Amino acid sequence: MKFKIKIWRQKNAKAKGEFVIYDIDNISSDTSFLEMLDILNDKLISEGKEPVAFDHDCREGICGMCSLFINGEAHGPDTQVTTCQLHMRKFKDGETITVEPWRSAGFPVIKDLVVNRGAFDKILQAGGFISVNTGGAQDANTIAISKEDGDESMDAAACVGCGACVATCKNGSAMLFVAARVSSLAKLPQGKVEGSQRAKAMVAKMDELGFGACTNTGACQAECPKSISISHIARLNREFLTAKLRD
Amino acid sequence: MPQKISTFVLSIFKLLIKNKHKIGKFMSNVFTSSIGKKLIMSITGAFLVLFLLFHMSMNIVAIISPQGYDAICAFLGSNWYALIGTLALAGGFFLHIVFALTLTLYNRKARGNNGYATSVTPKTVEWASQNMFVLGLIVILGLLLHFLQFWYKMQFAEIIGHHQSMLGETMVSTTSGSAFIAYYFSNIIFVVSYLVWLTALWFHISHGFWSALQTIGFNN
Repeated sequence: MKFKIKIWRQKNAKAKGEFVIYDIDNISSDTSFLEMLDILNDKLISEGKEPVAFDHDCREGICGMCSLFINGEAHGPDTQVTTCQLHMRKFKDGETITVEPWRSAGFPVIKDLVVNRGAFDKILQAGGFISVNTGGAQDANTIAISKEDGDESMDAAACVGCGACVATCKNGSAMLFVAARVSSLAKLPQGKVEGSQRAKAMVAKMDELGFGACTNTGACQAECPKSISISHIARLNREFLTAKLRD
Repeated sequence: MPQKISTFVLSIFKLLIKNKHKIGKFMSNVFTSSIGKKLIMSITGAFLVLFLLFHMSMNIVAIISPQGYDAICAFLGSNWYALIGTLALAGGFFLHIVFALTLTLYNRKARGNNGYATSVTPKTVEWASQNMFVLGLIVILGLLLHFLQFWYKMQFAEIIGHHQSMLGETMVSTTSGSAFIAYYFSNIIFVVSYLVWLTALWFHISHGFWSALQTIGFNN
């Protein structure tokens, strides 16, 4: 297959970026999107040009490191997958593919397609954890947890923190990410202890870092590679408001 | 029965006064957050929906019996309870608009200066949910027209001591609501304007009501 790849190139955080179109040929339909970018970069390097910078790590769809806004969608046209699990067979032969970095005030561009998602780490550091003394692993089932609660907690815990929600949201809101973290812990007895403090601290940090407010459009859950439901946002709102009421 | 209602209202007031420090603290520290601001949007929005239900019930009477509708207009008029209601309504409306503006500007800033070259709206995203601000503006425009045609010549006229208003070339009583309806809706331009207005309002509420519940935390 062959494609025209229209890619956002930006030298550094301060430089003014622009789109550059690259022609690429002889791509197998089984090539993953990131492998296609690898092939493009090999070509650029052999031509003595600067390769395209993009984020990636495990390439198994579990680490949340890859990003990319492809043809107007976070992680591209496929559903419930990260960019590394997207394959070229999802595109038409000869198609022009537009590749852009995540765009939001909370995620400034570092270079080309790489954005700084350090804000997510800061939000997690504000309260996305439980304070327990680590030691020997507990026996399974020492703490009884209902199947429903366990399932809901695990659904929320599936969040890989890639930032597709922020990239997709018209308000650049990080509510789905924060909700997934708060919700996965709120559903478990271990997480309930610090529940109030967690919701308040993480929302305060989210606001402080310049992420927008949620208007409940549901675009985030549609683009989330892990299909995290916005019902978790309702739980976050509940946790936050009751915590504030208790103050 | 009236005694029961008054004791109930009094007990609510007592509860509010007893917890005034708690409420004050909640107000001061919740509304600085993004979720707190949205809570105000939810509560004021739900309050405005309640008013719309009340207004709609009155209008239904106009369809069944014009005399009945005029009786309601006379009953409300510029009486103290109608004025208190109007003031509360204006307050709710004011807060809803102020916080809508605040949140919209805040969200624009969070989106950043660089837009996407291409962007696809997911199929599951309702159109209304992405256009609440524009829909709200249409609602305000329609409201201005409605104020000019009805409120100004009915309740406002009574407040400033008039008992009659000019309707075209004739003077009519400020309480004959059915005459106002008949006069304005004989003009096709106003009929279409009101239909556009109410359609925008419908879309605004179709997302707004659900959204309010989600923000307060009523989901699952």
